[in-house]
Amino acid sequence: MTDMADKPAAAAPARPGRLRAAWRSDFLYSFRRSPIAVVSFCVVVVLVLAALLAPLIAPHDPFDPGTLKLMNGFTPPMTPNAFTGDSFWLGTDDQGRDVFSTILYGMRISLFVGFSAVLLAMLIGVTLGLLSGYVGGWLETLIMRIADVQLTFPAILVAMLIFGIAKGITPPEYRDQMAIWVLILAIGLSDWVQFARVVRGATLVEQSREYVQAARLIGRSGPAIMLRHILPNVLNPVLVIATISLALAIIAEATLSFLGVGAPPTKPSLGTLIRIGQEYMFSGEWWILLFPAGTLLALALSINLLGDWLRDALNPRLR
Amino acid sequence: MLAYVLRRVFQSLLVLLVVGLVAFAMFRYVGDPVENMLGQERTQADIERLRQQLGLDQPFPVQYLRFLEQAVQGNFGLSYRQGRPVSEILVERLPATLELAFVSGVLALGGGIGLGVFTAIRRRGWAANAIMTLSLIGVSLPTFLIGILLIYLFSVELGWLPSFGRGDVVDLGWWSTGFLTASGLKALILPAITLGLYQMTLIMRLVRTEMLEVLRADYIRFARARGLRERAINFRHALKNTMVPVITITGLQIGSIIAFAIITETVFQWPGVGLLFINAIQFVDIPVMAAYLMLISVMFVGINLIVDLLYYAIDPRLRVDRGTGGSE
Repeated sequence: MTDMADKPAAAAPARPGRLRAAWRSDFLYSFRRSPIAVVSFCVVVVLVLAALLAPLIAPHDPFDPGTLKLMNGFTPPMTPNAFTGDSFWLGTDDQGRDVFSTILYGMRISLFVGFSAVLLAMLIGVTLGLLSGYVGGWLETLIMRIADVQLTFPAILVAMLIFGIAKGITPPEYRDQMAIWVLILAIGLSDWVQFARVVRGATLVEQSREYVQAARLIGRSGPAIMLRHILPNVLNPVLVIATISLALAIIAEATLSFLGVGAPPTKPSLGTLIRIGQEYMFSGEWWILLFPAGTLLALALSINLLGDWLRDALNPRLR
Repeated sequence: MLAYVLRRVFQSLLVLLVVGLVAFAMFRYVGDPVENMLGQERTQADIERLRQQLGLDQPFPVQYLRFLEQAVQGNFGLSYRQGRPVSEILVERLPATLELAFVSGVLALGGGIGLGVFTAIRRRGWAANAIMTLSLIGVSLPTFLIGILLIYLFSVELGWLPSFGRGDVVDLGWWSTGFLTASGLKALILPAITLGLYQMTLIMRLVRTEMLEVLRADYIRFARARGLRERAINFRHALKNTMVPVITITGLQIGSIIAFAIITETVFQWPGVGLLFINAIQFVDIPVMAAYLMLISVMFVGINLIVDLLYYAIDPRLRVDRGTGGSE
């Protein structure tokens, strides 16, 4: 028993040491040296904080009908309303909701769906990738064939289809409540293939390394080897894919909601807000459309750029 | 070569069978088909009779085989929402989507190759740099935002082009075309740009990278040393050799063009199969969803197969290698 505990303990210090070194030197250094990374990181942090602290920052709660005045509807940005004299930073929508507040609350939903969907995709993908790489055999063939079939179709189409099926299964009276969860499920299930493929590839490489063979020799169980030994060593590419997937998931969510097969109007995400804004574009109320669209773009673009930088920074060949 | 072709065809058929299984499961288990077909006034006897008539009392494999048999003949039953045969609705809507996809594909390929060659040759020019920066934004913009922006600019502000629909169409037998009327062509411009822009930037960046690579090759230097004109070098020697990856990627992108047509068609209320699919999801019209799924997978799998086979036809090096490898 002491022998068995000895080996992982000996392997363990190498990992935090390497991590710390990476954080202290290369990783942070390349971060500081890349203005694009710094700027997009700041944008992401500001937007995420704004979304998290929405109840504190937002001038009023757009979901509380008591605070709304219909008279305030269609107030242009930075101009006092003709009837009430109220002024709004980014104007108001058709129901007199402050656009700034709806964006903050909408971003909460967009980010929540995005993060949860990527988490789900990561969970499924990493598990199946580890299993197919480590166990191999018919299990690997089965998983990778399913992945191949799914990869034939664009992720957004798969997500739409899953959303449609899930909607058909849920009873009509629960559909609006469940929409957010169905959305997470649909986007998550449409996006696991990337993770599974990369983790499988990395697992195949790691599996032949000495430390895995040593762990096998001292009799550690399969799950323990996969989770404690292989998983930490394949996390770098997973992190990169997760970042880029997050941008894609946020755009996918916005697209689905915009098409009317996503977040319901009672819980508007950025995509739903853009859908609402588009209806008023023709009558000249541009602010209802433009500000949510700009926010979505800033969010997706900066996460994307951050992911690009992360890919280069974590790539040992480029160092 | 023959073994390779057969293996690819077999794989494609397998994918189609799996998709068929998904479509069949949707029919069978999402909602009750019997409930959807009978009205409010139904008796237990009616239900039993219809179940027997539809073969729902048969074992699962038999039902699946019967479903496949019907699907191959293009029979997907009646739309829950419209009460008409799904195949009829699809045939009616298909020309709109195919015309849109065709124009965007031509736009993406023509524009992508042209701009790609330009940015590769004038690598240091300000115009090339501007195009590259713009393309970065083009890749990050979601399709539906591009569509909205174009509508805002050209329909709302400038009032030049229509913001929705196909304009006037001319019926040629079962095919209705928007190519023959002025309003049909005008209505096509914005949706085609929206749909093709992403693919165009993708092809452009690919062509540029490949061109830069090829232009460094020895045979280009020799061509220059032989005193050939720049135009001949760029187009006859360099561009030709960048075409293999471009054709592969373009082929695979045709699939995404058809998928992204769903988004474009919704933004522009374009009466194609994509809009039909979105409406089917909104109203949980399972037969339409299943039929669309089958239709699009046949297209995808077919395109993938053709691209794979083309790849071998275009690149003589692969053909020789695999050809001898396969026959031995």
